[in-house]
Amino acid sequence: MGALEKKAIEKIRERFGEIAVLELKEFRDEVTFVVRREFIVEISRFLRDEPGLQYNFLSDLCGVDWPGRPERFEVVYNLYSMPHKSRLRLKVRLSESDPSVPSVSGVWPTANWHEREAYDLYGIRFAGHPDLRRILNPDDFGDFPYRKDFPIR
Amino acid sequence: MAVSERMILNIGPQHPSTHGVLRLVVELEGETVVKITPHIGYLHRAIEKLCETKTYHQCIPLTDRLDYLAPLSNNLGYVLAVEKLLGLEVPRRAQYLRVLMAELTRISSHLIWLGTHAMDVGAISVFLYTFRERETTYDLFDLAHGARMNVSYMRVGGLARDISPEFVTRLKAFIDEFPARMNEYETLLTKNKIWLNRTRGVGYLSAPDAVALGVSGPNLRASGVDWDIRRASPYSAYDEFDFRVAVGKNGDVYDRYLVRLVEMRESLKIVRQAFEGLPEGPVIVDDPKIAFPARERLSRDMESVIHHFKLVSEGFSPPEGEVYVSIEAPKGELGFYIVSDGSPNPYRIKVRAPSFVNLQALPKMAEGRLIADLVAVVGSIDIVLGEIDR
Repeated sequence: MGALEKKAIEKIRERFGEIAVLELKEFRDEVTFVVRREFIVEISRFLRDEPGLQYNFLSDLCGVDWPGRPERFEVVYNLYSMPHKSRLRLKVRLSESDPSVPSVSGVWPTANWHEREAYDLYGIRFAGHPDLRRILNPDDFGDFPYRKDFPIR
Repeated sequence: MAVSERMILNIGPQHPSTHGVLRLVVELEGETVVKITPHIGYLHRAIEKLCETKTYHQCIPLTDRLDYLAPLSNNLGYVLAVEKLLGLEVPRRAQYLRVLMAELTRISSHLIWLGTHAMDVGAISVFLYTFRERETTYDLFDLAHGARMNVSYMRVGGLARDISPEFVTRLKAFIDEFPARMNEYETLLTKNKIWLNRTRGVGYLSAPDAVALGVSGPNLRASGVDWDIRRASPYSAYDEFDFRVAVGKNGDVYDRYLVRLVEMRESLKIVRQAFEGLPEGPVIVDDPKIAFPARERLSRDMESVIHHFKLVSEGFSPPEGEVYVSIEAPKGELGFYIVSDGSPNPYRIKVRAPSFVNLQALPKMAEGRLIADLVAVVGSIDIVLGEIDR
């Protein structure tokens, strides 16, 4: 783990408490941590604005389906700090019964289309999104095709 | 008293200037675009989901078909991500050849952009010139690995095969003649009054807006933000090459044009350096569990046959984990987020397509401007629906 990523995690724990960071993993020099969905907007804004961190670029936002797990869906945020050339990965886990998470399009406007895509393909709802509708499939498609139980044929 | 009435104009999905199956719903007040809504998805093939049923090797041809105007770039991004997952080191000759191929692809992609963009704005003859050069790059790809466009030349651990003497001859000729060709394009457009009138000040995107909207590549650099992944986070030996990163300042269509022209020249510089400094050695990692054994070995030893069989029928299994690797593709940050569950099939692949994100900035660039500028703006973003829709 690089110095900046370590500092980012420390600062988040300092500011939001130990419970904010649910899980922390490092693999091939990439840092991933899981946060509670209630904190996602505040933590995002903090990561973007905190001097010394400045994760101002949301490279990617996507959904992942883990049907075996109690919290079935993951929303993965891949962040990049241009001033510091650092990457960080944030995740929230959502249950099937309530697959909803606050939208971060207020923090990184680029999230708008990514969140629409995650909704279209997985059925994950982004609370507060200005225009949550399907983006790749027809509006009346009726299903969430990237879920593992949607057949490939 | 004049009553202003909004007209809704539908552009596409079949339209010569939308560069693919893109539908734009434009709300107009007179000639001014008040609101523009892109509709995408007409080329959605669920490539990411298809990858989940294939082995890591089998996904390579699928990556060709993302940004189909720069297939080797997609190949490169994907294999780099898989190699990171595996913790694999690639031989130096392969790294240099990958850079060479990636930069040829950048030139190829920018040539198509220049031809189609100029044609859209009205300078139709530029198209014929740039496609002549593009034919040469196609010939080079054909000589390298048998296909003009969707080459699938890269492999996990290196390349499918080494280059041939014929390729070398053709490449030398291309390196020698291309700068003069670039000068030809410039004499047609760069100081052309009509070109300047149609592109200066058009489609403005500010630097903070570009960063907030996730714009990357030449569009971001034309707005004055100096970020090029080849420089900021070098991959595949890019840090060994001397090249300039083109950064504009006005964030308009004209600056995007200038940035891409400089990029083409710099790409040629890199191609020359990679070619002249090409190290000797293997072009693929020497690990029979990952790389296919050479064809000739199959008729000589049983082990190779078994390895070949295992790789084809089952494939290799990376450790459990996830990586996000991104490269500077011709259109911007092309990222691959791969999640492995330890099985031979990727559990999830998300392709961070630069055109998907860049297109999101279209309303910012086009709203409040004239409909006549719209085609120039759309062209200047350089989108490919293959990677937008996947």
